Amino acid sequence: MSTATTNAPQKRSFTAAASVYVNERTSLAGFVKELGRKAFPDHWSFLLGEVALFSFVVVLISGTFLTFFFQASMVEVHYDGSYVPLKGVEMSVAMASTLDISFDIRGGLFVRQMHHWAALLFVAAIGLHMLRIFFTGAFRKPREFNWLIGFVLFVLAMAEGFTGYSLPDDLLSGNGLAIINGMVKGLPLIGTWTSFLLFGGEFPGTAIVGRLYTLHILLLPALVVALIAIHLVFVVVHKHTQYAGPGKTQQNAVGPPILPIYAAKAGGFFFIIFGVLALIASLFTINPIWNYGPYDPSPVSAGTQPDWYIGFADGALRLIPPGWEFVWLDRTWSFNILVPLIAIGIFLVLVAAYPFIEAWIKGDKREHHIADRPRNAPTRTAIGAAGVTFYAGLWAAASSDILATHFSLTMEGVIHALQFVVIVGPFIAYFVTKRVCLALQKKDREIVLHGYESGRIVKLPGGEFIEVHQPLDEYDRWRLVSFESYAPLMIRPNARGRITPAQHVRAALSRWFFEDRIAPVSRGELEASHHDEHH
Amino acid sequence: MAQDDTSGADLVAADSSHAAPAASPGTAVIAADAFENPGFPPHRPRVTDENPERQKRAQRTVYTLFYLSILGSIWSIAAYMLFPIESNDVGMVRLNNMFFGLGAALALLAIGFGVVHWGKAVMTDVELVDERHPIGGSPETQAAAVQVFQDSDRESGFTRRTAIRNSLIGALLVFPIPALVLFRGFAPQDQLPVPLLSHTMWKKGTRLALDPSGVPIRAADVTIGSAFHVIPEGLQDLEHGKLEEKAKAAVLLMRLNPDELNEREDRKDWSYDGIVAYSKICTHVGCPVALYEQHTHHLLCPCHQSQFDVANHCEVIFGPAARALPQLPIAIDDEGYLVAQSDFTEPVGPSFWERH
Amino acid sequence: MNRQKRRTGRRHPLATVALLALGLVFTGGAYAAFSTGTAQAEADSTSQQTIEEGKKLFQANCATCHGLSAEGTDDGPSLVGVGAAAVDFQVGTGRMPMQMQGPQAQQKPVQFTDEQVKQLAYYVASLGPGPDIPADHLTNGGGDAANGAELFRINCAMCHNVAGAGGALTEGKFAPALTDVSGVHIYEAMVTGPQNMPVFNDMNITPEDKRDIITYLKYVQDNRSPGGFELGSIGPVAEGLFIWIFGLGAIVAITVWITAKSN
Repeated sequence: MSTATTNAPQKRSFTAAASVYVNERTSLAGFVKELGRKAFPDHWSFLLGEVALFSFVVVLISGTFLTFFFQASMVEVHYDGSYVPLKGVEMSVAMASTLDISFDIRGGLFVRQMHHWAALLFVAAIGLHMLRIFFTGAFRKPREFNWLIGFVLFVLAMAEGFTGYSLPDDLLSGNGLAIINGMVKGLPLIGTWTSFLLFGGEFPGTAIVGRLYTLHILLLPALVVALIAIHLVFVVVHKHTQYAGPGKTQQNAVGPPILPIYAAKAGGFFFIIFGVLALIASLFTINPIWNYGPYDPSPVSAGTQPDWYIGFADGALRLIPPGWEFVWLDRTWSFNILVPLIAIGIFLVLVAAYPFIEAWIKGDKREHHIADRPRNAPTRTAIGAAGVTFYAGLWAAASSDILATHFSLTMEGVIHALQFVVIVGPFIAYFVTKRVCLALQKKDREIVLHGYESGRIVKLPGGEFIEVHQPLDEYDRWRLVSFESYAPLMIRPNARGRITPAQHVRAALSRWFFEDRIAPVSRGELEASHHDEHH
Repeated sequence: MAQDDTSGADLVAADSSHAAPAASPGTAVIAADAFENPGFPPHRPRVTDENPERQKRAQRTVYTLFYLSILGSIWSIAAYMLFPIESNDVGMVRLNNMFFGLGAALALLAIGFGVVHWGKAVMTDVELVDERHPIGGSPETQAAAVQVFQDSDRESGFTRRTAIRNSLIGALLVFPIPALVLFRGFAPQDQLPVPLLSHTMWKKGTRLALDPSGVPIRAADVTIGSAFHVIPEGLQDLEHGKLEEKAKAAVLLMRLNPDELNEREDRKDWSYDGIVAYSKICTHVGCPVALYEQHTHHLLCPCHQSQFDVANHCEVIFGPAARALPQLPIAIDDEGYLVAQSDFTEPVGPSFWERH
Repeated sequence: MNRQKRRTGRRHPLATVALLALGLVFTGGAYAAFSTGTAQAEADSTSQQTIEEGKKLFQANCATCHGLSAEGTDDGPSLVGVGAAAVDFQVGTGRMPMQMQGPQAQQKPVQFTDEQVKQLAYYVASLGPGPDIPADHLTNGGGDAANGAELFRINCAMCHNVAGAGGALTEGKFAPALTDVSGVHIYEAMVTGPQNMPVFNDMNITPEDKRDIITYLKYVQDNRSPGGFELGSIGPVAEGLFIWIFGLGAIVAITVWITAKSN
């Protein structure tokens, strides 16, 4: 510290001169004054969104490099590159240029692998980030719009991933497109024409790679960048949520300043993410298109799967029992495709709409800046667990064949088990999670009222053994009692003396959400409990 | 039980939110004797704040990491040159990828860990408290914004002049439709999807040929237990649309013991001495169904696990597919080669709306 | 993930080399001497002796299921006419004798010496004509890998996976990985169609084409992936699990470190 103070005057003068120079040309001083010393709450789970952001930056950097070499053309050529088992094989220019990136451009394979690994990490980090937001209730007012923007980003990220996965025109991605073609054709009314227009004629055609490329490098990234910008602006406007703790209230934000500590941590973290991806890309193969070979409608590989984030949709297709397709009114109704699409659609709509549903049930119009502990919102946490189970069941179904071979099971058995998991699993997960949350809340109450179990056993003069309980200090106690519980809604007639159907629905939902209510310990209860113990 | 819009008004607890004075807490229960926020606990110094030795060590770690990063970058450049890619040598690609990448990873990770460590251990451990303000701004600002909208509505007559407004909305709804028409040009203008989907390259007398060589197949060559991957003869000579035709015409040819083959009455003459030909394109979403088990006579689709029983005209026995695989009627010609009797009698591949 | 590690472990380069060496030395090398002789060779006295030895071995080890003279029983099929190649494959890879009835015969440690396998093979071959053990030049990997790769994708990859990593079949059956199978056994499997595998006779895939397929598989066995560890070569499932468990797992650990108070 002493060295810092002796050097300070000189340093300050340069820093000051530089900032004045810039400010006089940009008027950024107000911005810096406003934001530079904002407090940014600190918790590991607050960095998950940054993981997504930084891996997206890596995707952009590596992807830009790839565009200089990739050629999105489906013109057929005979491969003449370095990979011996494909020499002379007929393939599209897209495939050949991807092989050239891999084998004939130094470092090209490294960048390609980093791009793909970063894309997988991008979507995974978004998923984990969304789970954090959901389970801590960080989507409540005023952050509902930001939840929606994040949700759209999640969908766009999946679209980015899928379009990118299809570009090399290899056997694996080609069969992926064949599946998309089949699914689109299964849509009522518009399916046949949509597929025809999408592929520029009959499948596979010679247009699709170029079209997906435009989406992949122009339209979708532009949308993602724009929405990320809005997402971050909202984070600044709302200020970050924080966990309950002594001194933290709904009216303040507590943490290290953005400049310099938060900037150092976030900036350093970007390099760490970049570095971790570089490490993975240098050591682990991803999407070995040289094994898959060029797309040809006749061959297929065992274990044909999409990348992980499309897995839930692929899994949903696999779980449908035989025969769900009918001819009715002289038209084909492919429920084996429609049912998975509708189920996934409903699931996604519920995810997007959840903040608004919960706000309507609660009727709470206040702002919430303190994140919930998941146990203190048992029904929400249980709903989240049910959703995760549903998604995980679909996801696992996409690898039913791999599960069968690696665990020596029958694939039919795996499918039947996963059908059970997807339909019954969410209910089991719901009830178990809710009970666990309530039990944890009760335990919290016990701790507040009677202190921690110290493990020390004492013999009383009367011969009785008791365990000594260590009382909590006020700071620890605050973490356990600083939450609000909600009571079920009581229906009251409105001004015209009527009870609307919407009120009935809301009351029923409210009962479902809040009937198992465990309230935080109040001062009175603690005093009463102490009083009891003294007797 | 709580009821809406009443409970919070006179019971605002110390820590409840303040969005606006009138903001309703809904069904939240606010206890009158809730605990009060005890305020911030005393600041706990870090080791590096108390122990100058540790502070020095942390600083050393940070700049050592930065120097290490420079080494990593230099190593990366060296590896780029030390492990060039030589034509036809995949092993060199592996080395190039690994060593160039490890250098880059070291350079990046060292910067990252160095900067974070600097922030954590060396920078002054400040914790600030910011006050939050209602997101909606002050009531005056909100009222002013509402006023702007009301003024502009009054001045434009947007809600009053309904004929103008509604016709504008109508025009706005209709104007994108011409853009939809443009999408027709995404596929050839002179083609329609349904006729294309309903026919394949197979026709009467087309020889069954091996995929990919195009060599025609004699019935005698197909021994029991065999599975031949088949394309129509002449496919490989097509100038255009080879893959599109193959995507519809790919066929799997199998020979079963005729005793084990259970054929429908009207299709008895579609096979030849236990040799049957079925479309290889799954009726679910169109993956190639190519996994043939010669003893169980099951065909399996590797994409979604639909299973078809070849011995029973390829009906679905498991998985999401609903229809049997279409059968190609075959016969032999004068020279003993297998030929198609006709095209498929139904559209192959995944279902589509107009199929019936 | 354990499973996955084990799989990567299985593809250790030394293991591949060792297995290849074993396969070549014991099977290919030894058989080269035998299989150069054709029908005439079987007539000579050494072969007759071989067949006698084989018959004894057969009656002691195989007759319970396949019948005393290989005519087949309820528990096992007739072996008349399956040829030496089928026996060499089934016994030489340890699938026969079977330990227990199951969805399919499992690979086990080989029960017989190479000489005994040969004796059994030629005994069964003497019962009726069938595919012979292939000649060395067809199985040593000297063909056209590109042609082999294309044929492999069309005829084999749907069950065995494009990289030969294996895959699932119906009702608990599976197509095994080809990552450490010798060229001779690959060839024999194609001509005989063991278990539920279809037969690929010489009119379907010519002997030269079979040689090319073996050449491609040997290329995959000998050249590790240019991208680094293969994660079992089973495709996007392994990649997804890897990024969630190791990628995101490591990063979450780092986030905990970043936000922990420095000590």
